[in-house]
Amino acid sequence: MTEDDLDRNRRHFLTVATVTTGVIGAGLVAIPFISSLKPSARAQALGAPVEVPLGSMQPGEMVRVLWRGKLVFVLRRTEDMLAKLPEGLDNLRDPDSTEFADHQPDYAANDTRSVKPEYLIVEGSCTHLGCAPLEDFEVRPAEGWGGGFFCPCHGSKFDLAGRVYKGVPAPSNLRVPPHRFVRDDLILIGQDTGAA
Amino acid sequence: MSRIEAEVGKPQGGFIKWIDDRFPLTSTLKYHVTEYYASKNFNWWYVFGVLAMVVLVIQLVTGIFLTMNYKPAAADAFASVEYIMRDVEWGWLIRYMHSTGASFFFIVVYLHMFRAMLYGSYKKPRELIWLIGMLIFFVLMAEGFAGYLLPWGQMSYWGAQVIISLFGAIPVVGDALVELIRGDYSISDITLNRFFALHVIVLPLALIGLIFVHIVALHEVGSNNPDGIEIKKNKGPDGVPLDGVPFHPHHTSKDLVGIIVFLMIFSAVVFFAPDMGGLFLEHANFEPANMTATPEHIAPVWYYTPYYAILRAVPDKLWGFILFAMAVVLPVFLPWLDRCRVRSIRYRGWMYKTALSVFVVTFITLGWLGLQAATPTYVLLARVFSVLYFAFFLLMPFYTAMDKTKPVPDRVVYHG
Repeated sequence: MTEDDLDRNRRHFLTVATVTTGVIGAGLVAIPFISSLKPSARAQALGAPVEVPLGSMQPGEMVRVLWRGKLVFVLRRTEDMLAKLPEGLDNLRDPDSTEFADHQPDYAANDTRSVKPEYLIVEGSCTHLGCAPLEDFEVRPAEGWGGGFFCPCHGSKFDLAGRVYKGVPAPSNLRVPPHRFVRDDLILIGQDTGAA
Repeated sequence: MSRIEAEVGKPQGGFIKWIDDRFPLTSTLKYHVTEYYASKNFNWWYVFGVLAMVVLVIQLVTGIFLTMNYKPAAADAFASVEYIMRDVEWGWLIRYMHSTGASFFFIVVYLHMFRAMLYGSYKKPRELIWLIGMLIFFVLMAEGFAGYLLPWGQMSYWGAQVIISLFGAIPVVGDALVELIRGDYSISDITLNRFFALHVIVLPLALIGLIFVHIVALHEVGSNNPDGIEIKKNKGPDGVPLDGVPFHPHHTSKDLVGIIVFLMIFSAVVFFAPDMGGLFLEHANFEPANMTATPEHIAPVWYYTPYYAILRAVPDKLWGFILFAMAVVLPVFLPWLDRCRVRSIRYRGWMYKTALSVFVVTFITLGWLGLQAATPTYVLLARVFSVLYFAFFLLMPFYTAMDKTKPVPDRVVYHG
């Protein structure tokens, strides 16, 4: 075959067709490998809901539980704490919890960010870079501190409804995980539908 | 027929010749070692390339032996490191060599990079060497980060938490990306397992491959020198650069002195201060990972702290991530940001000398600030120095172009 016999169009078509097929093939082969990096069936199963009994909790007491390996705070707020929630809303970045609608289920998108005002259930993971905030419920009016959560890593502050203050690195309120009351004295964290 | 064959009258060469007919052994050794000509006026700044290779070998060998006793599972990892430290014969030495080696890798690489900035080694025609070098630096950062999770201590866990969460700042895909990195809804056994795979296979392979092409690219264009002149412009009648000497035996024997001094310092740290007062091994990491409590004071290992200080200086999550990433990536563009016609600092004007000095102070100060708690004063300082850090790079096209340079000699010169 001489140069003159070459059908360049045909050869170009074959090259493009081969490369395209190869790229699509490589892309398809990549799917199982990338998917294998996602949380496995076991990781999802271990993410099953956890029950937290509330019977022995005193007002002002907080417990820490792990759900899906994530820290969750369950705080039984006192009357005083609840009374202070509507104060100083100007200092909060998103007092109505409207800016990040996915940060709480609809049933917690209210003034107290809870199903029952008495019980606050929030993820103990700072929305900045994921450190665990420390609880600091002591009210210190001199510092303008009405009690809440303080992140030791980069100084983000949240109030007693997990709402973020202005001027701190965390961009949004603490997340409220899906949860529901199975009984008055028992909550299920990680699931909010289905029969008890 | 070669000259020797002609003289003796029968084929010679034996084993080496047998190899050479089948593999380019002698020619490769000549090209890269015995007839690779590098400037004869190299100073001590030129020892850090070979030292980086020495540390790499230390890390590979000690790393291989650590994997023989380490268990990459959340339930066993912390205990297996303690087991290596207490029960495995000489395990403490191998582990301390590895942890100290990590810090020395960064010391050596930072000095190696600073040498390039002193003598303009990244400038044309060596841009590609610099780019490959920056890739090596990025892989090294990832390697150090993945390795730091493995002991499964408090700082391993929460440090990884903070750095992985950084990717969550990326709009739209951030959360999915974070889940893909962790392979779980939080940092868990699964995360530890895959970080082990990254640390012992993926990243070291990438590192070795990149170092190979780094050296191939270097030997293609030839090494720079403290005068920043092309030694290939002045060749003798034999085609050998007049200012060059063969890498072996001249530079190898000089490097050997550097290696010995390095190993003395390295050994002193391994034996007498393996944790370097909390700098090389952070104290919080002697406690096993606890998912329910972040250490009161959290800081990455010292070699990341300049960038961490920049991250913390920004009171916004997304912008913090952007500036952090920019600070890491900006040096990539040095070959094009630097508009000066002269390579070496010896013949540059006061502007670049001042800028580079301020940059060194800035980098060290940011590194120190990144280790401290973020008090308002320190955050303010970090902001000032962050501005200086970025100014060094972003203003470089202007001050390097305006700078008055001195005449560059034709041949290399010696100082002291």
